[in-house]
Amino acid sequence: MKRSSWTDYQKEIADNDYYYARSCIRQNFFPGSEKVFLSILGKDLGRNIYDDPLHTSCTGIGYHSDVVPLETIMTVVARQFALMNEAGYENFTSSCITSFGIYTELLATWEEFPEMLDKTRENLYKATGREFKIPKNLAHTSDVIFHHREEIAQKAKRKLVNAYTGEPLRVVEHIGCHYAKIFPKKGVGGSEFPYVLAGMVESWGGEIVDYPERRHCCGFGFRNYLVQANRGYSIANSHKKLESMAPQKPDFIVCNCPGCSMFLDKWQYTIAEMEGTTYGQNGQGIPVLTYEEMAGLILGYDPWADLGMQMHQVDVEPLLDKLGIEYDPAAKYLGRNGKYIGKPEAALINGCSEDRLYKINR
Amino acid sequence: MKHVIVIGGGVAGMQCASELLKEGVKVTLLEKEQNTGGKLRNWYKLFPTYTPAEEVLSALRHKLTGAKNLTIKTGSEATAITPKKVTLSSGEELDCDAAVIATGFTLFDARIKEEYGYGIYDNVITSADLEQMFTRGEVRLKNGGKPKRIAILHCVGSRDEKVCQRHCSKVCCVTGVKQAIELKHLFPEATVFNFYMDIRMFGPGYEEMYREAQTQYNVHFVRGRISEVSPTFDDKLQIKAEDTLTGRPLKMGVDMLVLLVGMKANDLNSDLVEKSFLKQQPSGFMQPRNSFLGNVESNVGGIFYAGAVTAPKNVGESLNEGTAAARAAIEWLARK
Repeated sequence: MKRSSWTDYQKEIADNDYYYARSCIRQNFFPGSEKVFLSILGKDLGRNIYDDPLHTSCTGIGYHSDVVPLETIMTVVARQFALMNEAGYENFTSSCITSFGIYTELLATWEEFPEMLDKTRENLYKATGREFKIPKNLAHTSDVIFHHREEIAQKAKRKLVNAYTGEPLRVVEHIGCHYAKIFPKKGVGGSEFPYVLAGMVESWGGEIVDYPERRHCCGFGFRNYLVQANRGYSIANSHKKLESMAPQKPDFIVCNCPGCSMFLDKWQYTIAEMEGTTYGQNGQGIPVLTYEEMAGLILGYDPWADLGMQMHQVDVEPLLDKLGIEYDPAAKYLGRNGKYIGKPEAALINGCSEDRLYKINR
Repeated sequence: MKHVIVIGGGVAGMQCASELLKEGVKVTLLEKEQNTGGKLRNWYKLFPTYTPAEEVLSALRHKLTGAKNLTIKTGSEATAITPKKVTLSSGEELDCDAAVIATGFTLFDARIKEEYGYGIYDNVITSADLEQMFTRGEVRLKNGGKPKRIAILHCVGSRDEKVCQRHCSKVCCVTGVKQAIELKHLFPEATVFNFYMDIRMFGPGYEEMYREAQTQYNVHFVRGRISEVSPTFDDKLQIKAEDTLTGRPLKMGVDMLVLLVGMKANDLNSDLVEKSFLKQQPSGFMQPRNSFLGNVESNVGGIFYAGAVTAPKNVGESLNEGTAAARAAIEWLARK
C-alpha cells in the first residue's frame, strides 16, 4: 500500500520505564495479549514496565454511554496519574484504545481549559487526598510495540510469511476509532493512513492490503452494542467491513482496540450462523489477532499456553499452519494447570459443514 | 525616468508592466520562476470562452517583447519591499520609485486533505494536473485506459475551516463546469459527476455554461461533499458522500477523481508582512488600503497590489488590476 504522509505524524514514544494501565475487557476476550505484552517488554526487550494492581477502569465505557459525567471521569483519570506518580513513573501506556482516547482527550481539555484541570485537582484531593502530575509521555501499547518493532524483528523466530508459498501474508489492519480519529496527531501515521499496525506488519515481513471500508468503524460504538435493541447496527458495520475486505483475500486481521478485535472476531461467527456466510479463503472465518498476539507468534510464544488464542471465535490453526508454527492441537483446551477447560460446539465459521442449531447447510 | 519594480511575472504583473511602459516608466519585472506567465503557464483553456491560455500569455509577452525600458529578471525572488528599494533573495538590492506586488496565490496542496488520497491513489488528480493532461493531450488513467466514470469534487481547500481556508476561491466552480464539459468532449460516453456545496456562477457566461453542462452534456451535479476515497478490488476508487438534496448517504465507484484545488494566500505573504510593514487579511491574502477606493493600494504609500495577491480572482480581473495598479502607481509618482 502506497503511503506518503505517515512520517508527517510522528509522536514521541518513551523508550523505557512505563506505567501500564490495563483494559477492562481484553482480559476476558483475549486474555493472553496483556500478559504477553508484559513479557515482550520485560523479557524480550529488557524494558522496565510496572503493572499496577491499584489502578481502576478509566470509566471510558460509561463516559461514552452517558452514564459517567465528565467531572467524574476526569477525577478517575487524575487518580490513575496520581498512582503513576506514586509508583515513580512518568510514562503512561494504556492497553485500551478507548482509554488512550480518553487520556488524550482529557489532557487536551486540561491544556485548553486550565480551570478544568484546577477543578480536577481539587476533586481528586477532596475524594482521595491525592495529587498528580501530567504524564511526561502518553502512548498506547501499540505505539510501544511499534517503537520497538525493529528490535522485535531482530529477535523474531519467524516472519509474517506464508510457509507454503514464501509470499508475505496479506494483512488487514484496523486501528480503532479512538486511536487517531479524534486527535490524528496523537496516532502514528494519523487517522487516514495510520501506520502503527502497518509499520509492525511491514517490519515483520507481511503485506498490508487496503480495501474500500478500511476506515469504517467495526461497529462496537458503545451504544450500538450496549443497548440491545441497537445491536443490529453493530453487526451491520462489521458485516460491511468483512464484505469489503474479503475480495482482497486477507490471511488475517490485526486490531488495535479491544472492542474491534472482539467484534470482528465474534460477529463472523454470528454472520455465519445467520446467513451461512464466511469470509476466509478456506471457507472458514478470517482469523483476528491483536498486535500483541501477532508479535508473540513471530517471537515464538505458544499460541495456547502463552497467547490464549483458544479464546478466539474464529480458529487460528489455519493461520498457524501458514506461518509454519508447530503446536499441539490437543493442548488447545487445556488450562494453565493442564486441566481440560471445555470445548465449544463445532460451528460453520470453523469449517463444520452443517449448523447444528439452525440447520444451515454449506 | 521613474523606475517601478513589479514583483511577479504572472498575468497581473505582465499587464501592469506593459501599462507602465506605455506611460514612459522604466520597469523591472521580477519573476521567481525561470519563465514569466505564472500559474497560467500550466493552464489549458480559459472559461467561459475556451480561449487557450497560451493565447493570452502570448499576447502579454508580445506587449513586453523588445521594450527598451524593461528589464525582466527571472529566477529572482523579492524578500523585502519598500517604495524605494527591493531586496532579492540573492542579497542584491534594487532601487526604485515605487513597487507593485503581483505575486498571486499558492495552489492548495491537496495532500493536506488526506481523506481523498491524493498522492496515494493513482487516479486521484487535481484540477491543475488535469489542465496539464489536457495540454499534453494525455487524459488517461494510470493504466492507460479511458475513464468511464469521473467525479469532480469542488471546494478542496476552500470554504473549509478544518484546513484554515475559510474563504471561497471563487473560480473553482466554473473551472469544474469547464473541465466537466472538456472531459465530455474527450470521452462522450463517460459519466461525469460534480460534487458541490453551492454553485457560484458569478461571471458573465458562467451560469449559461453551467446550464449547458446539464442540458447538452448531461453532466450530473450532486450537492454534497465527498467524505473519503478508497481503492476497490478492481482498481477503481470508491467515494462516499452525502447527497444533501435527497438527504441520503451515497457510495459509488469511479475511475478518476478530480480535486478542484483552491487558491490559498501566497505562502510568502507573511514574510512580506514581517519585512515590509504591509498588512494581511485574516485569510492570509494581502490587505488593500481600501476595499472600494483603494483596492490596488497597500497601507504603505508607493507599494501597490495587482491580481490574486489580495484575493482569489479570475484572469480577466487580474488583468484589470494590472492596469489599475499601473494607473495608481503613475498617479502616485506624478504627485511626488
